Amino acid sequence: MYRYNAFDTAFIAERNAQFRAQVERRIDGSLTEDEFKPLRLMNGLYLQLHAYMLRVAIPYGTLNSAQMRQLAMIAERWDKGYGHFTTRQNIQFNWPKLRDVPDILDALAEVEMHAIQTSGNTIRNVTADHFAGAAADEVADPRPVAELIRQWSTDHPEFQFLPRKFKVAVTGSPNDRAVTAAHDIGLRIVERDGKIGYQVLVGGGLGRTPMIGKLLADFLPEADLLPYIEAAVAVWNLLGRRDNKYKSRIKITVHEHGIDDIRARVEEAFARIKPTFSGVDQTMLAAIRTQFAPPNLRDGSTHHYDAAYVGNAMFRAFADTNLTVHKHPDHAIVTISLKAHGAPPGDATADQMRLMADLAERYGYDELRISHEQNVILPHVHKSDLPALYTALREAGLGTANIGLISDIIACPGMDYCALATARSIPIAQEIALRFDELKLEHEIGEMKIKISGCINACGHHHVGHIGILGLDRAGVESYQITLGGDHREDARVGDRTGPGFAADELLPAIERIVYAYLDQRSGPEETFLATYQRLGMAPFKAALYDEAASYAAE
Amino acid sequence: MLREFTPKVITANALLEGDVVYLTDAGTWTRHLSEAEILTDEADAELRLLDAQAQASTVVGVYLADMTPTEHGPEPTHFREGFRRTGPSNYNHGKQAERA
Repeated sequence: MYRYNAFDTAFIAERNAQFRAQVERRIDGSLTEDEFKPLRLMNGLYLQLHAYMLRVAIPYGTLNSAQMRQLAMIAERWDKGYGHFTTRQNIQFNWPKLRDVPDILDALAEVEMHAIQTSGNTIRNVTADHFAGAAADEVADPRPVAELIRQWSTDHPEFQFLPRKFKVAVTGSPNDRAVTAAHDIGLRIVERDGKIGYQVLVGGGLGRTPMIGKLLADFLPEADLLPYIEAAVAVWNLLGRRDNKYKSRIKITVHEHGIDDIRARVEEAFARIKPTFSGVDQTMLAAIRTQFAPPNLRDGSTHHYDAAYVGNAMFRAFADTNLTVHKHPDHAIVTISLKAHGAPPGDATADQMRLMADLAERYGYDELRISHEQNVILPHVHKSDLPALYTALREAGLGTANIGLISDIIACPGMDYCALATARSIPIAQEIALRFDELKLEHEIGEMKIKISGCINACGHHHVGHIGILGLDRAGVESYQITLGGDHREDARVGDRTGPGFAADELLPAIERIVYAYLDQRSGPEETFLATYQRLGMAPFKAALYDEAASYAAE
Repeated sequence: MLREFTPKVITANALLEGDVVYLTDAGTWTRHLSEAEILTDEADAELRLLDAQAQASTVVGVYLADMTPTEHGPEPTHFREGFRRTGPSNYNHGKQAERA
């Protein structure tokens, strides 16, 4: 993985020293809150409902064990013993004290991490496929180019006063696990005629006006990528609306001007910008790429794995659900669920973080990943190590075999923590997971993505959930709107609203009615919920939800 | 038509800890809603709010929050203020832990 050079280290140290002085000046009264707020946000520090919240970037979701251990140390020393992994592949600490934050940032710098540009109208942490570098279906590892974009966008002088925030995601696989179509810019690495290039999507986004990204460039040569993105951001920087923050994201700019007009402007800007790139970006990319060389994967018998798979039903359930095919046939990608039934999605205790760090070091070539689905991944594990790994995970409450199932729910922090939220998300996720575990139905239901947001800003990706849940405040009461048929993959789709919302205590029975309607209507166990919805449309689900007779039948 | 003024308390977050705090009738800040002063007169509430906002080295984000007066002190009329009073509902990590 990428290691900081002398410039990176000096830059972070300088920023941290600046922020330390800013915090001191705020505390001694030299800075007002109005003056201090933009400074703390530039360094990832929010003030939420009950406390400050520090959002730390995990670039493209990649960590090593030393970094994970340091996050555990921070959680224990300066927080309440846990951290929350988010849908942006970040980690949030929910309880830091203002005076401690400079020390936390210094502790992060010790392991080459920071919280810069995790807030504000800047280019945010670049996200990527969480199976990057390991997936069997990968054309190329997306992380080198994600790191190049991170370096280019950090403190980029032209892009410090953007109309609004700007998010970039990269996938190197045709099976899109990075939700690229819901980002301001989505990059897809493609191979044509033996050449690697980039498909560029622009103007995707969720929030109050969900949009699927549109095709800006079908095949961009590698050397053109950075100047092309710079051209796209520059066009939006001038054209994007600053009169109304709800219309300021690039998705609205693309919608109002049309993709053809935007493309023409980007091409024009690109022609101007490209000659100013001397090629140093390509030299840097080549150097970065060497740092992402795949680990030296060992060969060896998978006998232990095969024997455990046959002899141990619990291990088999874990293997069937939580493993993904690795490009090396003796290895597997392991997804560790942070969704134990009834636990808040994405939370890990300091002890769990330390254990995952130890396991990554012992069995996983020292690599960890955080997924936008709020789980932790060990991308390279030799199959013979899987039984021992599973035992260690299970003992720490990390062995839940539910990846991709109904209890593997994405949920934003919601009104339990977030100052913007209009309703709670976490307790809804907890209730759904516990209920379907109690019914022992989740393996029968099969692939199901429930995604919950506690407000219209859609941090919980509800628009692209197979079942999406949006929490709203309706006249002082929490109310939940349901959408069906959303899809976050390469053919992304925004879900359809079912109709009127449900009160908090009506929501779980409503979700059950949807699930029973699916089980009744599917053509067979191999037809997923999403496929059934695509085949039948909304009608049977609407009937189950709102038609009293049908809903009794479903129950 | 003028809307009738409804009872309120002054609330904010503490600058150093971020904790939810409320203004007492002595002009000090408390962590406990039950100790907050309930304001029933609009002109008085506006003046108290200005005084509270001036305490920028102690608190952040001062505002008036609707409450219902009860014999146990002010009770939130909206669930958001209920969560601010108690702490998150998924863990015993907020004020509920300190009181236990």
